[in-house]
Amino acid sequence: MYTAIVFLPLLGFLIVGTLGRSLGPRQSEIVTTGLLAVSAVLSWIAFINVGLGSAPATTPVLGDWITSGALKIDWALRIDTLTVVMLVVVTSVSCLVHLYSVGYMHEDPHRPRFFAYLSLFTFAMLMLVTADNLVQMFFGWEGVGLASYLLIGFWYEKPSACAAAIKAFVVNRVGDFGFALGIFLVFGLTGSVAFDTIFAAAPGLANKPIHIFGLNADAMTITCLLLFMGAMGKSAQFLLHTWLPDAMEGPTPVSALIHAATMVTAGVFMVARLSPLFEQAPAALTFVTIVGATTAFFAATVGLVQNDIKRVIAYSTCSQLGYMFVALGVGGYSLGIFHLFTHAFFKALLFLGAGSVIHAMHHEQDMRNMGGLRKEIPFTYWMMMIGTLALTGFPLTAGYFSKDAIIEAAYASGLHSSAGVYAFLLLTIAAGFTSFYSWRLVFMTFYGERHVAHGDHGHAHDDHGHGHDHTPHESPNVMLIPLGLLACGALFAGLAFASSFIGHGADEFWKKSIYTGPNNHILHAMHEIPHAVGFIPFIMMTGGFLLALYVYVLAPGTAQRIAASNPLLYKFLLKKWYFDELYDLIFVRPAFWLGRLFWKGGDGRIIDGMGPDGISARVIDVTNRVVRLQSGYVYHYAFAMLIGVAALISWYLVGGVR
Amino acid sequence: MFGFGLLSGLIFLPLVGAAFILLLRGDDEATRNNIRWTALITTLVTFALSLWAWKLFDPSTAAFQLVEERSWLGAGLTYKLGVDGMSMPFVLLTTFLMPFCIGASWVSIEHRVKEYMVCFLVLETLMIGVFSALDLVLFYVFFEGGLIPMFLIIGVWGGKRRIYASFKFFLYTLIGSLLMLLAIMAMYGVAGTTDITVLLKTDFPVSMQKYLWLAFFASFAVKMPMWPVHTWLPDAHVEAPTAGSVILAGILLKMGGYGFIRFSLPMFPDASQYFAPMVWTLSIIAIVYTSLVALVQEDMKKLIAYSSVAHMGFVTMGLFAMNTQGVQGAVFQMVSHGFVSGALFLCVGVVYDRIHTRDIAAYGGLVQRMPLYAFVFMVFTMANVGLPGTSGFVGEFLTLVGAFGANPWVAFFATTGVILSAAYALYLYRRVIFGVLEKPALVGITDLDAREIALFTPLLLLTIYYGVHPGPILDACAASVEHLVRGFDAALAATKTAALALH
Repeated sequence: MYTAIVFLPLLGFLIVGTLGRSLGPRQSEIVTTGLLAVSAVLSWIAFINVGLGSAPATTPVLGDWITSGALKIDWALRIDTLTVVMLVVVTSVSCLVHLYSVGYMHEDPHRPRFFAYLSLFTFAMLMLVTADNLVQMFFGWEGVGLASYLLIGFWYEKPSACAAAIKAFVVNRVGDFGFALGIFLVFGLTGSVAFDTIFAAAPGLANKPIHIFGLNADAMTITCLLLFMGAMGKSAQFLLHTWLPDAMEGPTPVSALIHAATMVTAGVFMVARLSPLFEQAPAALTFVTIVGATTAFFAATVGLVQNDIKRVIAYSTCSQLGYMFVALGVGGYSLGIFHLFTHAFFKALLFLGAGSVIHAMHHEQDMRNMGGLRKEIPFTYWMMMIGTLALTGFPLTAGYFSKDAIIEAAYASGLHSSAGVYAFLLLTIAAGFTSFYSWRLVFMTFYGERHVAHGDHGHAHDDHGHGHDHTPHESPNVMLIPLGLLACGALFAGLAFASSFIGHGADEFWKKSIYTGPNNHILHAMHEIPHAVGFIPFIMMTGGFLLALYVYVLAPGTAQRIAASNPLLYKFLLKKWYFDELYDLIFVRPAFWLGRLFWKGGDGRIIDGMGPDGISARVIDVTNRVVRLQSGYVYHYAFAMLIGVAALISWYLVGGVR
Repeated sequence: MFGFGLLSGLIFLPLVGAAFILLLRGDDEATRNNIRWTALITTLVTFALSLWAWKLFDPSTAAFQLVEERSWLGAGLTYKLGVDGMSMPFVLLTTFLMPFCIGASWVSIEHRVKEYMVCFLVLETLMIGVFSALDLVLFYVFFEGGLIPMFLIIGVWGGKRRIYASFKFFLYTLIGSLLMLLAIMAMYGVAGTTDITVLLKTDFPVSMQKYLWLAFFASFAVKMPMWPVHTWLPDAHVEAPTAGSVILAGILLKMGGYGFIRFSLPMFPDASQYFAPMVWTLSIIAIVYTSLVALVQEDMKKLIAYSSVAHMGFVTMGLFAMNTQGVQGAVFQMVSHGFVSGALFLCVGVVYDRIHTRDIAAYGGLVQRMPLYAFVFMVFTMANVGLPGTSGFVGEFLTLVGAFGANPWVAFFATTGVILSAAYALYLYRRVIFGVLEKPALVGITDLDAREIALFTPLLLLTIYYGVHPGPILDACAASVEHLVRGFDAALAATKTAALALH
């Protein structure tokens, strides 16, 4: 059954990838979506058996991959509670996104290719979450990177999409650089890359000093930091986040599946999976907390001023990933996974809802050209409302259980660490910002008056020529049903699963798939904080809502006035803290400059100039002057070789005589 | 085999085909077709024969197998052949790639077809000879002899600057090989034989090892090619016909790596250890420097040529890590690079045959007219980038694991190559395949035809197969590599004990 869950999407990819042209778009959709639906149903069965029930965790081995000396790497599926949670998230969201795409992409001529890529992505993601060793995880890791690259660049005629695709892949590779070194170091320390072996070896390596990269460092700390670098790349954390907003160039269902619900959370999954290592490296966990909190704050500030509906949600994703990392960093691995779980529902809902808006607006993405849509697309409006409520943590929705718990955990951790204080402060502010930008999105899109700029509407028709009129229209049912299902998740996933994931049933639920050290009591500590603290997230949420209500509904125009009176700050936020410009200046341009320097200067002038060209120039001078015979260089060469062989034979003969 | 061993059969079979082609008279289309078919069948039969050799080959032992020996030219020279786990994969790679070269030249070579095919068949003989020779002189003859047909292929059937390119090729390799010749003489002076099996057991004095090592290094480093003696390669690739590039990247480059494994590491262990930091440094420079250079190339073939230099940097790095993962990874990387880079040059050949330019700027948006080609090119680009699941990953990963075990700094710098390779390969892909198809020359371009599909399919399947299941290649060389690494460690330990005893 587990094999089927993982390989059915691959089967879908292979069938549609090879036969898609002859099958036609409709059949391709049915094949991939159908196979994924089966996979999703099986995942839920696995979740009920392994997570909620008492079926044992198993690791069926599929075959051997790489064997070289002491290094043995198998293909295997590790099935435990952590895995089945991810299986459910991945296959459910993927299945709904497949279904949604049938409607969203219905005008695209390349649908078979699109669905094949979606299934390929799902397969790679499933390989990632079922990995039993670091290298198989890396396989899935890079596989989702490939699928993400292909899907971001799906509309290959747009230069911006191609650029975004390359950027996503290369920035991820920067993270993978650390991940790879981390794998090498784990192998160097434990002689294995299989999870069971390295987890067993981890306690023995705690506080072990090693000398590496010119530093005397704690072995587990440096290992975890290197591995975490991979997570930072994949989960778009601060400094390696720049690819995620650009990834919105891909079709919206892709943004929902890959860049909100699943792939970007792989880093969170990785840290949770490697909890036995991270528990031995408190310094690394502190770093995780700081990076997470910084990302949560940074992305929320940028999200405040963006005008592209998808970019707002993208920065929101980035920010929420920061929350998850804070949860992991303070030791609440299950809490991080819980937020991953609930976030998958409401963020996919928001993205698909945004897709529905974009679809209604004939591929207009700029919120300044929207407004007043709630009457024209009421179902989408209500779905977006639910998503927003869940994201901002309205009581009893999904985000209320997971996000507020993270803020509380940060507070509890702050009682004995300064990183916790830092995280608590930034997360609390970010919660206010989250509420503000989320409601800003709702108000700008669904309230007020339509601001259709007549002149520049044409550019919105990027890929699809809509021949019909420009009034917004509600999406077809095939798009609305997935929204409805996700909305149920966004409303009830928190309520239904909070006690299993982070409450009293947690130990029974996780069954050792997540390791917490004997001194890690964060899940209990976060319940024992003062009541007043528990209200802070709620206050921030309400504050953000009221502010957004005032600025965008009660007194329209306020936003422009604030922006005009603080031009520097506004520009700074709008330009995303100038990271793209900075990286372009210190990495991209120098790389090309160095490349040209090495090519023309190094290879051309120095090596060739001193070497063959210089010599050949002299030789040609000489030959021109002295030898007027017709001569190909071949003969020279053959002659030289003959002399060589002759010399060798004479040497032999002399030796033989002696 | 008519009084010969199997390896002799492999070596001489292409020559038989070449002789047969020489007998064909006339220059009409029918004769040319006969020539093509003869060459193709010869290479296919040779490949089948090599598969039989593989079947007889026992991977569980590090000893030389299928050995044959007879005296040659009198005076103590011997004709001795044999393969072990480190040469068998290369023999197979050679015989496997040859039919592709013939197939790739089917329509693009129109003049002097006879001479062209004869050149390739002779080249095959010499290349198989290099990988199966067990006598140093015999090795030298094959090793250097292989350059002559290659030289002709570039010089006669090459592009506009073919004379310059072949001259550069000649100049570099000549200097290297002369030094190697001197070293061979010196080794004969010490051991009294040129039998490789005996030389492998000979202890050369440490001081002498260094000179011998350097002399061999001069030759192999040029062949690899290592930075800074790599500049002949981009020019040679650019001017060579497609099949020439395939052979050049696929096999000729591997001769250098094979030479390191066969001679430098086992025969001069002390010198190898002494010079390892230098080799690492050069490898790292090769990886980073040539990757950056590849980023700014404007010619498709040059870009792939520079990426070859970077990939060979991984090989030398892995070899001189001198542990199991490093050496095994290097062998795997060479085999994998053999068909991945071969396939990439075939990819360039496909569009070159249609548009007659390698200028990247002349392309764009090919996916619209050539979806199959875009798919094939994507798979090999990803293999070049080292995506897990393709064969490119296994070699890169193992060499890096090995290098990390030897010196983490080396792995640190080399791993940056992982980022850079993604950048240059995807940048190339984007400029050629993606975008809007708007250049007038490209409007009528056609997708892969049946011959091209037949060429790419086996390469593609193997790239994926060995990416998921690299066992066959890794197992084939496991015993020999283990033997090599253990012998190496033992030799170093012996030197150390001797040094201590002196004090």
